[in-house]
Formats: sequence, structure tokens, C-alpha cells
Amino acid sequence: MTFRKYLVLAGVTVFSATGDSLLARGMKGLGSVSLHNLSSLLLAILNPWILGGVLLLLAFFASYMSALSWADLTYVLPASSLGYVLVALIALLVFHEEISVTRWLGIAMISCGVGLVAAGPSLTPARKRHPASAQGTASQEAQP
Amino acid sequence: MKDAYTWAGIGLIVIASTTGDILLSRAMKKVGHVGDLWRRQGLLCVIGRVLATPTFLPGVLAMAVGFYSLLFALSWGNLSLVAPASASLTFIGNAVAARIFLHEHVGRRRWLAALLVAGGVALMAV
Repeated sequence: MTFRKYLVLAGVTVFSATGDSLLARGMKGLGSVSLHNLSSLLLAILNPWILGGVLLLLAFFASYMSALSWADLTYVLPASSLGYVLVALIALLVFHEEISVTRWLGIAMISCGVGLVAAGPSLTPARKRHPASAQGTASQEAQP
Repeated sequence: MKDAYTWAGIGLIVIASTTGDILLSRAMKKVGHVGDLWRRQGLLCVIGRVLATPTFLPGVLAMAVGFYSLLFALSWGNLSLVAPASASLTFIGNAVAARIFLHEHVGRRRWLAALLVAGGVALMAV
């Protein structure tokens, strides 16, 4: 893992967390959307919060695709979940919101999961498609 | 009945987003290391190569289906159930699907991580 790769994974985390937050902030201002006024969803892009959120989510998608080109899906996904932790920490440090014991427990569990995966290899060699059947034929061939 | 619709919506989200992740992961593995390709042949070549991969557009489509199922599930159920349930089940679903369809080596370490992250995400949203 090079520094550049860690930077891409950090991008996956930061862009998804900030993009989701901006989008949620914008949608709150928009009010509830029903099937009868779907056109309001199209106009939503004019809202600067929503526009900012969409641009950040595009950046997330680009870094996610880039990470998937050199790492396993089961390696990248836990990294993206660090975004939940980031949002909680922003809420604590910037908006001085209180974090309940349950949420702290959630933060600890996500961090442990991410740490476990990050300590292992980012790309595992693909498993053989049918190792069991391959072994079976090999042992059969070995018999006279 | 409303509960059944909510859980059907959650099931749809999990299936659609897992399918999307698997298809996109397969597409990007086929393209190869994006950073190297960009340095050697430029950004346009990267974009062209990604778009030309047969599993990329179906993957984006599946992601879009997942996103719209989320919106509809939210209209039936509470955010406090739909968001954590679908997010944490998607982590488990992806670990299973990555093993079956991408032949990734999901060892004990990654299983434990998937369960920890899924549980953590569920707790965060309570």
C-alpha cells in the first residue's frame, strides 16, 4: 500500500460523509417530496447544498471506482463505513452535539472492523473456481 | 402489511446495492489499476475503458435501483429502521456475494470485520 492509495481510501470516506451530510441538509430545506410533485426533485439541483452534495458524491464515486481497480470489494467497503464515524465526530467537535453510549459503541465496532481489514492485504489472490472438484479429479487420476 | 412492505423494500435495497457493488467491482478489476492507466494513456482513455466494460453500466443501473428503493422504503417505514437495517445487511450481503461471484478470499479476518462493521452501523443509527 502506497501513500497515494491511502489518500484514495481517505477520499472514499471523506467525500461520502460530506456529500451525504450536504444532501441531507439540502433535502431538509426542500420539505417532503411525494409522487405528486416529483418535478420538485429536478429543481432541487438549484439548491446550493444539494448541488454541493451531488458534486461531492461524484468525487466519492470516482475515488470508489479507483479503489476498486486495485483492491478487493471486501477491503474497500469497510473503509467507506468510516464515514459514519467521521459524521459523528464532526457532530461532536463542530456542532457540539452529544454522542450517546450506544453510538460510541457503534464507533468502536466500526473502527475495530476497519482496523482488522486494513491490517491485512488489500488484494487477495482469487480463489480457484472449483478447488474441491479439481482435487477430486487429481486424486482419481493418481489412482491406477 | 406496512411492515411487510418496509422489509420488502429493505430486501430490494440490499439485493440491488449488492448487485451494483459486485458488477462495479468486476468492471474495475477488468480495467486494471486506474492510476497507472491514467499516467500512461491519459484520463480520456480511463473513462473510455471504464464505460466500455460490459458490467459498468448495469452496475450503475443496479445502484440507481438501490437508491430509489431506499426512497420508497423510507416512505413506508421509519428512517431509524430502514437506514441501519439496509446498510448493515448490505455489508453482510457483499461479503457473501464477493466470495461467491468475485472469488475473493473472505477469510476469518474479513468475516469478523464485516460483522463488526454491520453491527456498528446498526448501533450508530439507533
